[in-house]
Amino acid sequence: MALMNGARILIESLAREGAEVVFGYPGGVTIPVYDVLYDHNLRHILVRHEENAAFAAQGFARATGKVGVCMATSGPGATNLTTGLVDALMDSIPIVAITGQVPQSLIGRDAFQEADTFGITRAATKHNYLVKNIEDLSQVIHEAFYIAGSGRPGPVLVDITKDVLLAKTNFHMSDKLKPLRGYELKLDPDQAEVDEAVDFLWEAERPCIYAGGGIISAAAHEEVVKLSELLGAPLVHTVMGHGCMPPEHPNYVSMLGMHGGYAANMCISRCDSIIGVGVRFDDRVTGRLDRFAPEARVLHIDIDPVEINKNRRADVGVVGDAKRALAAINKRLEETQAQKSTENMKARTAWHGKVMDWQAEHPYSYEPSDVEIKPQYLMETINKFSKGEAIVTVDVGQHQMWAAQYIKFNSPRLWQSSSGLGSMGFGIPSGMGAKVACPDKLVFSISGDGGFMMSLPEVATVVGNNIPLKMIIMNNGWLGMVRQWQDLFFDKRYSEVDMQPGFPDIPMLAASFGIKGVTVRKPADLEAAIQEMIDEPGPFLLNVMVTREENVYPMVPAGGALDEMILGSQKPVATGD
Amino acid sequence: MNQLISLLVENEAGALMRVAGVLTSRGYNIESLTVAKTLDPTLSSMTIVADVAEESRVLLIKQITRLVNVVKAVDLTESNAVQRELALIKISSVKPEMRSSVAKEAEIFRARIVDVAPTHYTLEVTGSPEKIDALIDLLHHYGDVEMTRSGSMAMARMPANRLPYPMFRAEPSAEESQTTPVVESK
Repeated sequence: MALMNGARILIESLAREGAEVVFGYPGGVTIPVYDVLYDHNLRHILVRHEENAAFAAQGFARATGKVGVCMATSGPGATNLTTGLVDALMDSIPIVAITGQVPQSLIGRDAFQEADTFGITRAATKHNYLVKNIEDLSQVIHEAFYIAGSGRPGPVLVDITKDVLLAKTNFHMSDKLKPLRGYELKLDPDQAEVDEAVDFLWEAERPCIYAGGGIISAAAHEEVVKLSELLGAPLVHTVMGHGCMPPEHPNYVSMLGMHGGYAANMCISRCDSIIGVGVRFDDRVTGRLDRFAPEARVLHIDIDPVEINKNRRADVGVVGDAKRALAAINKRLEETQAQKSTENMKARTAWHGKVMDWQAEHPYSYEPSDVEIKPQYLMETINKFSKGEAIVTVDVGQHQMWAAQYIKFNSPRLWQSSSGLGSMGFGIPSGMGAKVACPDKLVFSISGDGGFMMSLPEVATVVGNNIPLKMIIMNNGWLGMVRQWQDLFFDKRYSEVDMQPGFPDIPMLAASFGIKGVTVRKPADLEAAIQEMIDEPGPFLLNVMVTREENVYPMVPAGGALDEMILGSQKPVATGD
Repeated sequence: MNQLISLLVENEAGALMRVAGVLTSRGYNIESLTVAKTLDPTLSSMTIVADVAEESRVLLIKQITRLVNVVKAVDLTESNAVQRELALIKISSVKPEMRSSVAKEAEIFRARIVDVAPTHYTLEVTGSPEKIDALIDLLHHYGDVEMTRSGSMAMARMPANRLPYPMFRAEPSAEESQTTPVVESK
């Protein structure tokens, strides 16, 4: 027991919860906290914009599964964090955000740098707190970590008034905690639901496993692979589900959805049984909902009861942790295998063959070029170097979808994408967080030229903290995805998407930051440039000029049914001999 | 048609904001909302009447239940619940010869006259929202009506642990409350 001020109790509590690093930016009311950090062994990384503190905390959390931590001051610091919080909420990423608040005596008086952070972040967080009493602080921090990391993970914000940071009290390492009676976790599935699920599964003749981010959160990747093997069921996954099954697996199809693979979209559209695990039947996955998978019955497994029947009605719903639910289902499947598995085996085998035929006939494809670097070729080349083992963080837009199509991930927690919210400027800060979390891993961040300019200040953080992040810019000079929609749906009226004017010279920019930077324009130079980037011990900026007017295909137009894909350049390739 | 929701929430700052936020962020108009503490002063009970389409009601209950501060949420719309509302009604410009009629109408509705002045009466009435509507309609014939209503309060007829419809979150059992996370000392 020791007398400490609130700022020190905060830092000691963060350390107690296992925080390894805080991404933050100080300000007036958080100076007492930074005074503690001055000689504390809790690592702090000074970002250049608070939004990126939240993205970096996410990068840490996505790479490790642990709770990421970010910190900002009151007012603008807190409002700048908000995009990163909503982003974490949409993708169910566990982060704890600490913000300072003006002293209680000034709250509600429009004080300097006052904002109603508690109110503003109500809809941006899984839960939030306003701490007005120093006696609550230690316990609130414990609750915040517990809520962020348990159940369906998500962001939790703790807003602390300055007077609490300055007040003193006795800090107990093990505080008595009041029960969270409104926060009940249902991790183990009901046996009745499991039995129903197993009956559902044995009845399936054309099953399709639809795997999402919940598998990554729950580390249920081995279980989902086993389920797929027990049934011989093809597996498609969401953009959040990358890494849930090694891509060489015979049951692996690809990502599904608006820019998903042809075979994946056909598989879920034509199947008779959808097995959704840790997914939310998002509009970018289903296309037009009333015409999505019309013949399919649905088994939906999710830890969040809200998801069951939210978008698509589930014939069987299982509420529970994906790992535990799948383990229970697999166990029951194995027990009943002897008498059940032969019944629909023939139909399931034929279906598996059909899906793989679709896959062989319509792989992701593009018109190659030896004059220009095709964006797809860039992603294929990155894939060649990453070998399914590197961490890849992306921004939002065309490059994100090409990366999702062409880069493979052999295991979970290697792929990071702002998938639900779609926040540009995510790639570099999340890559930074990932590299800090996994210093021994090769980490690429890929940004478009638009998103790169949004996260440009963080190059300084990367350099200043010597974080050897390999930053790649896929540069087509546009806001490419908006341009693609203008091309397809707005008569090529390319309104306000040209990012070329004012774009910096990357080698000179890199030099001014004190790091190496290279611009490549020819396909023949690409591999050498990536090799040079990897060989460089420090951070590196690689600017890759790609074909300007290239569209991402397949594409399901907004409002279209999932099996109505525009294939574009994706020409069927001859199969067989 | 309106959905009638009964909630048990932690009695702390922000609880109302969170619950209201779930409704408003989905565009549901709140017709009435009452909140007050319960026998356990750390808990508040809320009754909400909101215009929610029938197919969205289960989802809404689940979304409210998901809030960390919400201990229990129950949809009482279709269930056997007692629903009552309090109204204060001021009626003025009553013709002198009609004053006794107003008092008689009040008696029929078991409304109490709580304030009398030469120019007006103030009535207090409790009952189902329909009964209060009926009284107000009637009083319009006698003069100018002003009123303030409490909004519905509702209570299931059965004890909470014997409700026949799905409860999305039960009271934590003794065993569960013991497994509440406790910080391990280092």
